Amino acid sequence: MEKVYLSIVLAPLIGSIIAGVFGKQVGRAGAHWATIIGVAISCFLSAIVFNQIVINDGETFNGAVYTWLVSDGIRFEVGFLIDELTASMMMVVTFVSLMVHIYTIGYMKDDPGYQRFFCYISLFTFSMLMLVMANNFMQLFFGWEAVGLVSYLLIGFWYKKETAIYANLKAFLVNRVGDFGFLLGIAAVLMYFNSVDYADVFAAAPDMANLTVQIIPGLDWNVMTVICILLFIGAMGKSAQVPLHVWLPDSMEGPTPISALIHAATMVTAGIFMVARMSPMYELSTTALSVVLVIGAITALFMGFLGLVQNDIKRVVAYSTLSQLGYMTVALGASAYAAGVFHLMTHAFFKALLFLAAGSVIIAMHHEQDIRKMGGLKKYMPITYWCMLIGSLALIGTPGFSGFFSKDAIIMAVGESETPGATFAYLCVLLGVFVTALYSFRMFFLVFHGKERMDHHTKEHLHESPGVVTLPLVLLAIPSVFVGAIAVGPWLFGDYFGNAIYVAEQNDVLARIGEGYTGVMGFILHGFVTPVFWLAAGGVFAAWYLYMKRPDLPGKIKAQFGGIHRMLDNAYGADDFNDKVFAAGSRKAGSFLWKFGDVKGIDGFIVNGTAFGVGKVASMIRHLQTGYLYHYAFSMIIGLLLLVAGILIYA
Amino acid sequence: MSDLPLLSLVIWLPIIIGFGVLAISASGNDNAVRWSSLVGSIIVFLISIPLYTSFDTTTAEMQFVELVSWIPAFGVNYHLGVDGISMPLILLTTFTTVLVVIAAWEVIQTKVAQYMAAFLIMEGMMNGVFASLDAVLFYVFWEALLIPMFLVIGMFGGPRRVYATIKFFLYTFFGSVFLLIALIYLYFKTGDFSILGFHDVKIGLDAQILIFLAFLIAFAVKIPMWPVHTWLPDAHVEAPTGGSVILAAIMLKLGAYGFVRFMMPITPDASFELDWLIITLSLIAVVYIALVALAQDDMKKLVAYSSISHMGFVTLGFFTVYSIYEQTGSVSGAALGVEGALVQMISHGFISGAMFLCIGVLYDRMHSRSIADYGGVVNTMPIFATFMVLFAMANAGLPGTSGFVGEFMVVLSAYQANFWYAFLAATTLILGAAYTLWMVKRVVFGEIKNQNVAELKDINKREGFVLGTLAFFVLLLGIWPAPLVEVMSATVEHLLQQAVTSKL
Repeated sequence: MEKVYLSIVLAPLIGSIIAGVFGKQVGRAGAHWATIIGVAISCFLSAIVFNQIVINDGETFNGAVYTWLVSDGIRFEVGFLIDELTASMMMVVTFVSLMVHIYTIGYMKDDPGYQRFFCYISLFTFSMLMLVMANNFMQLFFGWEAVGLVSYLLIGFWYKKETAIYANLKAFLVNRVGDFGFLLGIAAVLMYFNSVDYADVFAAAPDMANLTVQIIPGLDWNVMTVICILLFIGAMGKSAQVPLHVWLPDSMEGPTPISALIHAATMVTAGIFMVARMSPMYELSTTALSVVLVIGAITALFMGFLGLVQNDIKRVVAYSTLSQLGYMTVALGASAYAAGVFHLMTHAFFKALLFLAAGSVIIAMHHEQDIRKMGGLKKYMPITYWCMLIGSLALIGTPGFSGFFSKDAIIMAVGESETPGATFAYLCVLLGVFVTALYSFRMFFLVFHGKERMDHHTKEHLHESPGVVTLPLVLLAIPSVFVGAIAVGPWLFGDYFGNAIYVAEQNDVLARIGEGYTGVMGFILHGFVTPVFWLAAGGVFAAWYLYMKRPDLPGKIKAQFGGIHRMLDNAYGADDFNDKVFAAGSRKAGSFLWKFGDVKGIDGFIVNGTAFGVGKVASMIRHLQTGYLYHYAFSMIIGLLLLVAGILIYA
Repeated sequence: MSDLPLLSLVIWLPIIIGFGVLAISASGNDNAVRWSSLVGSIIVFLISIPLYTSFDTTTAEMQFVELVSWIPAFGVNYHLGVDGISMPLILLTTFTTVLVVIAAWEVIQTKVAQYMAAFLIMEGMMNGVFASLDAVLFYVFWEALLIPMFLVIGMFGGPRRVYATIKFFLYTFFGSVFLLIALIYLYFKTGDFSILGFHDVKIGLDAQILIFLAFLIAFAVKIPMWPVHTWLPDAHVEAPTGGSVILAAIMLKLGAYGFVRFMMPITPDASFELDWLIITLSLIAVVYIALVALAQDDMKKLVAYSSISHMGFVTLGFFTVYSIYEQTGSVSGAALGVEGALVQMISHGFISGAMFLCIGVLYDRMHSRSIADYGGVVNTMPIFATFMVLFAMANAGLPGTSGFVGEFMVVLSAYQANFWYAFLAATTLILGAAYTLWMVKRVVFGEIKNQNVAELKDINKREGFVLGTLAFFVLLLGIWPAPLVEVMSATVEHLLQQAVTSKL
């Protein structure tokens, strides 16, 4: 099987190299075929692995491919751990990636960087697979940073756009703040476990549960808490949790296919995957779980609010992604890892669908992204319309759609959870449901219904997107509807994950919920009687009322609550704060240290000062050497007199 | 093959070729000069390869040893040999010299022979420093090395080259004097100048501390460490591209090499007492200098400061052993740091060399190093931009490139010494990325900024070859560092034993 795993990883890499290095030789078609075939092979083989590991309950694979290095008796290896969690992630990643590859043919068809784009997205697929298939922390970190690199390259894909190259630098640096914590977390793991191999670390973790360390002298901290929080800082960067969320909205500067693939379906979920993978460690620290829970809850609700005031179609979806990532994080914090990963999977499908549908709208609108200039698109783009509707219904958790199962499970799990902060989190995720429905259908109505607000020229050319664009939409719409119903039983309440996810008995909220689980239909019917459903319905109704029935109202509300609107419009001022404090602050600190430390202090005072001082002394001494014989004779006589006088006195 | 005195060859052959090249130039044929320099440097590189291939990785003993009496009256010998620390540095030297010769091909049009000869002679001397096991021999190479570098900057440098060369010379000379005093003291202790003999001699703590400080001054200037680093940005800015490459890739390593060849084995007790000093200076280098790099608007200065910051990892990696030993009574976890530091030295050789070559490519075309003069280079030089982004990422320590390996290992090791060491060291993830990628953003990306950028031509085959070769090694070392680490491990183990064995 090892060869199969290797092929899954290498096929997209080879495709990427062909498209990137030999892009000119193979041409545009060659580039897209090379990469699509590569990813298709990956996807097909992932399906085989999925079948073997998950459906036929095969043995977990854990083995090294090669030894990266050995130092101090510690082996750093590149290897794979293939269990139920990995196999599911591989399936999601390769399938969404394949869809995005096909979609790209249509979306990027006029772009001069066509081959480069395919090179990057295939490279991304490779990196993401390395991340999810890793069997050790070192490789995880490799994948972690490699997806960050590709994200950087793709956000700045249109490198002439100032906003794009600002956004990609910002994305990379904010992610690096997360990686800073992550790296320290790995260092801590190595220190206490003397290994970076998952299996070794997880096996030894329970013995470390009560170990404490004093990082700040005098304060005893639990080692597991320290490790888990450090690692979670990494997840906060990659999965855009408050306060490291600021890069994700800006990342929408990149082409839409990658917003779907990287910034919605896969890369941003790496943090969720990582925490789920580390469940044997997180389960040992209630403090860490509580931190995860609260951060997730804040992200879920407060990022959702921001979606309400966005006018760029992609930014609406981006804030929705932030909010949904918050939901997943909340699930992790409530020890409902399976629910978090379940939402990750359903979200990957419906959010990729929403992004690609938004992209389809953008193509039709000639790259206009302002929803205030759209409207009534339903009749021009029926396939996109229905796909967008399915995506939105799945997102808001309409009973029966895939998102319903995962989101309801999360909300119930939080309700059951006893982790500190769970009550706050429960309120956040409940209220979040209303907000999600409101902003989703605000966008939906503004884009597809109501008055046609685009200009005349655009309207003339409006038409449905070509087959390479709509086919992936349809293919993603199918799982967006059905995958939840199919998977909910085994994933949440069955033994789907086997030993891949560990939950301590007292934290096992899903098991408690599962006691009342009677099957898919029962779950759906139950869904109609919960407050969740009514909140979602209320959100849709509010959107309809505000943007269809009484379109004059939003303006009035905006005028009435100008302060709140401004706050939301500025995204709580997080960007300004970061720019002024961190970016400008470190630049100023740098200038200051340079000017006063290096230039004036060391160079000016010590180095050149010494040189100057030597010169000064020399020029003073030079005056003694006048060249006149009588000066020398005079000083000799004086010297002699002093000498003789000295001898006489002391003798 | 093994019967040949390989070390003598890699020292003296380039020096002889260097003088030969000067003789050829009398005929006025610059192309003959170029070709003979190239062939010469390639031959030296090929000769150095068996040092790696026939290296015995199981022992910490010196290998390829040559020992001839030189000045018997003072116990001075012509004593050469390499271990797992010095051998990779010799290969780095012979490899980099080839690239420097190729990189100068059309760029240097006047005084070609002097330029080539200076680098070839420097190559031999640097190899001499790394291979010397006799302190006098070491010192001779160490000092003589200044002359060709002095000439390279002085003859081929920019407008402020005189200030830069004098600063460079005085700074390093100032340091070297202390080195000489320490070596003479050790001679009186042991009766000869054998460096390995110095390793074994017992020395009292006060004397050790003085020797330690003398060594520190000499080596800290070379590395350079804060606060004796200010010669480096000036020297880099004024030096021609080849000079910067050799300076960054190899000369800085001489100081770090001194740490492991002299300070740690000869003055272990003083190192144990004063490790806080080195670690503080290292962390200042990592954080302070990275912030300073952020403020630069000259590309070469920026990369020069980045070099200092990266060298902070090297010195940090070396000296974590003492804190670890103090806390746990064993050296477990310290080898990671020392090996990481050594990998960082090699990796930094590739990456900083590549960064300076990239800046050289731009400078050759636009005659400006100022970031503000560039913008949108990717539009006219896409292949170059690809290389530049790759090396920038390597400079920012991206996994998969060599820049990651050393930093990763040092941070892991530093954590075992003290959380806050690792915390401060790891800020390089953010700051290193910030100054490097911000420069890339301003130089490479964006709209074409001005007419000069619009007229830029992409790199030619020669430049592509040089950058491509470096890119290959940067990636190879990032993906598979094991072969390099394997060579070092026996030596490092031995070094760590020396470092924690008291000599009082």
